[in-house]
Amino acid sequence: MKMYLKFLSRCFRLSFVGDARYYAWMFGLTIVVLVGINAYCKQFVQGLATTGMTDQVSWGFYIANFTFLVGMAAAAVMLVIPVYIYRNRELHDLVIFGELFAIAAIVMAMLFVTVDLGRPDRGMHLLMRFNFPSSMLTWDVLVLNGYLFLNLHICGYLIYCAYRKQRPSALFYVPFVFIAIAWAISIHTVTAFLYSGLGGRPFWNSAIIAPRFLASAFAAGPAFLILTLSVLKACTSYQVPEKALMTLRSIVTIALAISMFLLISEAFTEFYTQSAHGASAHYLYLGLHGRTALVPWIWSAIALNTVALAILFTGWSRKPVVLHTACIMLIVGIWIEKGMGLIVPAFVPTPLGEIVEYVPTLNELFVTLGIWAFGLLVYTILVRVTVPVLAGRLTHDQRFRQTLEAEYAA
Amino acid sequence: MKDVRIWDGPSAATDEAQTASNPTRRSFLRIGAAAVGGMAALAAALSPLRELDPEDLPDVEEFLQKHYKEMTAVEMEAALARIRANVADRFGVEPTIRDPKPLDGVEFVYALNLSRCIGCRKCVHACVAENNQSRSPEIQYIRVIEMPRGTLDVEKGDHHYDRPQVPDTAHFYMPVQCHQCANPPCVKVCPVEATWQEPDGITVIDYDWCIGCRYCEAACPYWARRFNFAQPSLPADELNPDMSYLSNRPRERGVMEKCHFCLHRTREGRMPACLEACPTGARKFGNVLDSKSEVSEILKTKRVFVLKEEVGTLPRFFYYFDERYPNTIDPEALVIAEQLREEEGDAFGAMDVGAAGRLVIARASGMSTEETCA
Ligand code: SF4
Ligand code: SF4
Repeated sequence: MKMYLKFLSRCFRLSFVGDARYYAWMFGLTIVVLVGINAYCKQFVQGLATTGMTDQVSWGFYIANFTFLVGMAAAAVMLVIPVYIYRNRELHDLVIFGELFAIAAIVMAMLFVTVDLGRPDRGMHLLMRFNFPSSMLTWDVLVLNGYLFLNLHICGYLIYCAYRKQRPSALFYVPFVFIAIAWAISIHTVTAFLYSGLGGRPFWNSAIIAPRFLASAFAAGPAFLILTLSVLKACTSYQVPEKALMTLRSIVTIALAISMFLLISEAFTEFYTQSAHGASAHYLYLGLHGRTALVPWIWSAIALNTVALAILFTGWSRKPVVLHTACIMLIVGIWIEKGMGLIVPAFVPTPLGEIVEYVPTLNELFVTLGIWAFGLLVYTILVRVTVPVLAGRLTHDQRFRQTLEAEYAA
Repeated sequence: MKDVRIWDGPSAATDEAQTASNPTRRSFLRIGAAAVGGMAALAAALSPLRELDPEDLPDVEEFLQKHYKEMTAVEMEAALARIRANVADRFGVEPTIRDPKPLDGVEFVYALNLSRCIGCRKCVHACVAENNQSRSPEIQYIRVIEMPRGTLDVEKGDHHYDRPQVPDTAHFYMPVQCHQCANPPCVKVCPVEATWQEPDGITVIDYDWCIGCRYCEAACPYWARRFNFAQPSLPADELNPDMSYLSNRPRERGVMEKCHFCLHRTREGRMPACLEACPTGARKFGNVLDSKSEVSEILKTKRVFVLKEEVGTLPRFFYYFDERYPNTIDPEALVIAEQLREEEGDAFGAMDVGAAGRLVIARASGMSTEETCA
């Protein structure tokens, strides 16, 4: 126990060590977090009237980001599967980075739900009268927390073993890894059911929502990992095997292709039938009665995804710069599509046919940025500490001074 | 790698313990400065909290109050006393607040004669006055839609019709409010059971339990729910002191509300405020389990229909057209409209505004109200 506390304190201290770039990055993030806290305090005092949400469009940017992040949290699984099911050893260490990202993503997702609440002070009502299993939101609370703890356990255990220079005992983590795989799929599915279960919102009330969620998440998550690993490769001594990046690249390509296919299927059904239920889709892609706020967004998303997919299909994307560009494009594309493109149009027009558009306010954007910055801060620290542990530079039998020396040398 | 360091680097420290417990002066100052700077920045970030009105915060009793269904009679009395004191404090009026229970053998339904509705929106405003809704931004439970004849597709309707004279005979008018569904999706989705269906068919909300997630608002197919995005404002002289726990007591910021069939009236034998306000008698309300009630009669003899039957919500709110006037407004209602115009003059035409929607939209988009209506 004492040993473990010492491990934690060393990790904590290590998170303050780095070069100028590291400090600049962390300093920048901290500033954005503070701006976000400031904006949230304003919201807390004045109510959700500080956001662009209305009775007509009652969920907006927060829930959009929440949805996107739940998807991202599955990134880990896309690495875990090749490692544990296909015994692809090269990816073994990389799994940890994926799972660390899952932790950060879930933390952000939960923060987004929390800032969306009108009465966060009554959060404990969830513990006192939990409408399970009827409300999909209660399912979501369960699966998200469960996923968070699973990943905390797996990463924590593996990293601590490396620190203690012990071989991790399979019994303590392999079963959890398999549970986590199934669990990761469940967090998407439940989050998709949150929307698709609502009969009064035809735009969501479609069986394809859950598969679309999975496909787009399995593209955006690994794409984000490619970017992280490349940063690690550039900024630290950590060796990222080329093969790992290429495995991720093929995962991203396939997932993105499936995701685009599902998008087309859905658009076809909505537009070819031309039923009254297609009003929201019409609003999203073409605008409705001259209201076109989302049209430029969705078409940029489609353009970004199409170009990214085209690049990924060619051998050209083996070049790091090209691969990174494609990854950034598709992450942005999916962020728009899964976020604004999935949440907002379901509210336009309202079930009574009124058309009210939604534009997030500045304050809402600040809160959102603050949460993103906080998540990245968490992720950076986790990665910052993990790299030396896995590289054997931070172990229990070393003095911390040695670690520091090694860090400065690295 | 060596540009900035918090610890003074390996050469200055001789061992870990020393580094930890006896950092050199320079690094100590640096950490100190960073800590002070950080605290100052955090304090600055938190500064909007200074404007928090302590009255807006829940007091201890409210914070610890149990869910409506878990409260004993004594606890409910205490809760009512607390609310009474709060209202007296805030509005300077002692309200008669109580908690009327559903009556045995009663299931309320509403029936609305679309041939008689003249679209004057008197029900909308009577409801606001009765139920202590926020006046700014104004929250309204009833939305009257001006519909072209020949369709029931609400997307073809106009919510913001603003005519100097109603009714316009090329249209019919369809008021929509909570339909008190027998299979309510809003109840199903609430994560904390803050909203539920009572035995008399009314779906209610415990305003002290709602966490404000707005899932129910997304789930309702009739757009019947309203959320307090801002602190509700209600002038003291407009307060209706006749109130109950589950219906029209003043709400707070961050909770959901909606039509509750005026349960503080109807459970005590009176009619809903919207019905009493309707000048043409288009609205009928009563107990469907009583076979001799007017609503039972209507359900038996008229060709009633419900909105969006396909979503399976089983509404307790029925519409019908008078068979005698399938394509016009009931001439009797037109006469009443004419009389009202004479009596009330401009005030009658001014009853039009769907103010709630517009105010909120205007705030959200930074537009003026005029622009939003356009
Ligand atoms: S109309 Fe809407 S709010 Fe009223 S009971 Fe039905 S689903 Fe719930
Ligand atoms: S807003 Fe309130 S009543 Fe509606 S689902 Fe959330 S907690 Fe329940």
